[in-house]
Amino acid sequence: MAKDAGLGLETELTLALPGGGGGDPNGSMETKQKKRVFYEFSGEESTKVAIKNQVVGWPPVCSYRLKNSFSGEEGTKIYVKVSMDGAPFLRKIDLSTHEDYSGLLMALEKLFGCYGIGERDNSEYIPIYEDKDGDWMLVGDVPWQMFSGSCKRLRIMKRLDAKGIKLHAEDLLKGISMEA
Amino acid sequence: MDTYINIYIERERDRGFGFFLTELSDYNRSGSNLKVEDNPELYFGPKIFRSSLHLIGSARVKKDQMRSFQSMLNYFPEEVLEHVFDFLTSHRDRNAVSLVCKSWYAVERFSREKVFIGNCYAISPDRLIARFPRVRSLTLKGKPHFADFNLVPHDWGGYVQPWIESMVKGGVNLEELRLKRMLVSDESLELLANSFPNFKSLVLVSCEGFTTDGLAAIASNCRFLRELDLQENEVEDRRGQWLSRFPDSCTSLVSLNFACLKGEVNLASLERLVARCCNLRSLRVNHAVPLDALQRILAQAPQLVDLGTGSFVHDPDSESYNKLETSMQKCTSITSLSGFLDVTARCLPAIYSICRHLTTLNLSYAPGIYSDELVKLICHCNKLERLLVLDTIGDKGLGVVASTCKELQELRVFPSDIYVVGNASVTEEGLVAISAGCPKLNSILYFCQQMTNAALITVAKNCPNFIRFRLCTLNPTVPDAVTMQPLDEGFGAIVKSCKGLKRLSVSGLLTDQVFLYFGRYAKQLEMLSIAFAGDSDKGMLYVLNGCKKLKKLEIRDSPFGNVALLADMGKYETMRSLWMSSCEVTLGACKTLAQKMPKLNVEIINESDQMEDSVDDKQKVEKMYLYRTLVGPRKDAPDFVWTL
Repeated sequence: MAKDAGLGLETELTLALPGGGGGDPNGSMETKQKKRVFYEFSGEESTKVAIKNQVVGWPPVCSYRLKNSFSGEEGTKIYVKVSMDGAPFLRKIDLSTHEDYSGLLMALEKLFGCYGIGERDNSEYIPIYEDKDGDWMLVGDVPWQMFSGSCKRLRIMKRLDAKGIKLHAEDLLKGISMEA
Repeated sequence: MDTYINIYIERERDRGFGFFLTELSDYNRSGSNLKVEDNPELYFGPKIFRSSLHLIGSARVKKDQMRSFQSMLNYFPEEVLEHVFDFLTSHRDRNAVSLVCKSWYAVERFSREKVFIGNCYAISPDRLIARFPRVRSLTLKGKPHFADFNLVPHDWGGYVQPWIESMVKGGVNLEELRLKRMLVSDESLELLANSFPNFKSLVLVSCEGFTTDGLAAIASNCRFLRELDLQENEVEDRRGQWLSRFPDSCTSLVSLNFACLKGEVNLASLERLVARCCNLRSLRVNHAVPLDALQRILAQAPQLVDLGTGSFVHDPDSESYNKLETSMQKCTSITSLSGFLDVTARCLPAIYSICRHLTTLNLSYAPGIYSDELVKLICHCNKLERLLVLDTIGDKGLGVVASTCKELQELRVFPSDIYVVGNASVTEEGLVAISAGCPKLNSILYFCQQMTNAALITVAKNCPNFIRFRLCTLNPTVPDAVTMQPLDEGFGAIVKSCKGLKRLSVSGLLTDQVFLYFGRYAKQLEMLSIAFAGDSDKGMLYVLNGCKKLKKLEIRDSPFGNVALLADMGKYETMRSLWMSSCEVTLGACKTLAQKMPKLNVEIINESDQMEDSVDDKQKVEKMYLYRTLVGPRKDAPDFVWTL
């Protein structure tokens, strides 16, 4: 799940220990010993990541709720419109079928033929989206889950239309208001 | 020991014959004792009788004076006794009454229509029907509670088939069947539907083994069906249009809940069904029912009291949505709302108009509603008594609940993401805020990231009325977040303050000390769930010795062993069941217990192949489940369940 989406993103969510390596000496799951320690928090990063040793049945959420709230197999479908500058008609994609930005960008490439959209500096195209507040945002700044929850529609913008503005994900400039 | 009963003998003026109403409150139910408080103001019975009643006299009768009392009772024909017992609806009251004397036992058993069986293996269907031949409503529970968390294999047991077969054979006039954690097959549902012409109500909670074909049989054959309530079941979808199988002549539905079904339903059939069932009060649909269909349904059923939406996703600028808002406004009777299985938060304002009437709101299956939107919604809900949400509400959101929902009695906060902790969740702050703002709070289920003793002590002080207190820290052994101490003092304060506490689940770092508190203070406790807690056998012993009313004890991953298990074997006959998994109990001790207590079934669940060869008594048992029973070892246990 920790993939670099090609936009220079640092995906925060990972199931591995930060710095990779070491293990919790008490955390062996196969033994029948008392399991006392479960979590390692990486306090350094701004987002906390907890590494969960997968204990059966903990937290005690009933299996029906587990299957229907978290796994997303029959999960929420999030259809959003996608427009591309110059294209005569719009398309729709389901954000829930993707787990991260790279999947989304590949799908956009296939739909519109806007190859290179994922590349930071070379691309002719910039993906932006309208969030639930109505603001137009650059795709890639926020964690995937937050993005897919707040994205109302997508637009593939031509780089030429945004001259002079730095357009890569680390940039904190937001709220480029556009006449859509 | 003595039995005291207050009898108020009254005569109904116009009819000229005597009723008597027994006032049985504040039971002491250990053994067969009945102890009753003096309280002449309390009566059983409908108010209509009270207005025309005169108190003739009251008698306080000691058990050894029962014989003279008997002759007094015999003055009143059995029909009178039966009529009086009609007012006793709780099965506990009825069980108590049946223990008073033989004639009361006899009258009670012939008049009992509703039977509750907390463990389907404690009694056999034939014996049940023999004792209660007039049973019309049966409630059965099957698998142990920890089956909810995947600790019990699916085919462990709890089949309803033998019960239905016995009732068919016994000529029972079954009208209502309520099952929890049972295995239900399509064959069972078909037999049910075809055998009981007056069948009215089917409630299935956390059951599995059936498909929509079984539901089709119920729909098509139960001519007077009033209630079909499916809660959190695993149902295989056979795409057979089960809902369309309700005949056009079916107009009797009062309650229909199919929210847990995964498949499509025929929307036109559903709309027609709702239109012709004008007594429909409760409707909960599944995710396959979109918002525009919901609007059409609501237009036909403005009398609904309980609504579960399906998919609540739409373009809020569309006409459909506006129509929905209008239809919602007409539904002035809705007091309970749930569903939102898919939801676009921007569609939520449609329900603002009904929020102020809501007493129950369940948003715990609604993903992706952020704290702000939740708060906006809850601000309208000032009559709320029961709230179920995800922890995305955050501590701040709970603060809003605390200041808005002054009538709140029950709160459940579920984790929104169990795989990554630290994004959205609640802490002790939210719990403290709720306890301070909601004086009527008596039941809580709270999944949180962290907890402190100070917070629990404050909560205990603010809310002494808890009946149910279930706290689950996402890390099961996390200590006090501030002091790094165990959470013993916090939970100790809870049991000390909440004298009426009946159900308790604990988590976090806990030593034997907390169990000392439970044994000392938790005198009304009936159900206790323990995980990853305690240091030694002493912990479990404190509980077994002190909690006199304990009915169900379930323990996992805790260092309790043979000494605790075998110290008071008679205790288990006063309880419904004991579950111990990943503890220190050995096979030998379980065998000893089984041998000495023939009225207990001691079952070992053994899922690995190893134990076949080495039947070593010193080996620790992975999962043990024991329960009292009147009918010995069950005959339907699968291979991996050994009854010792």
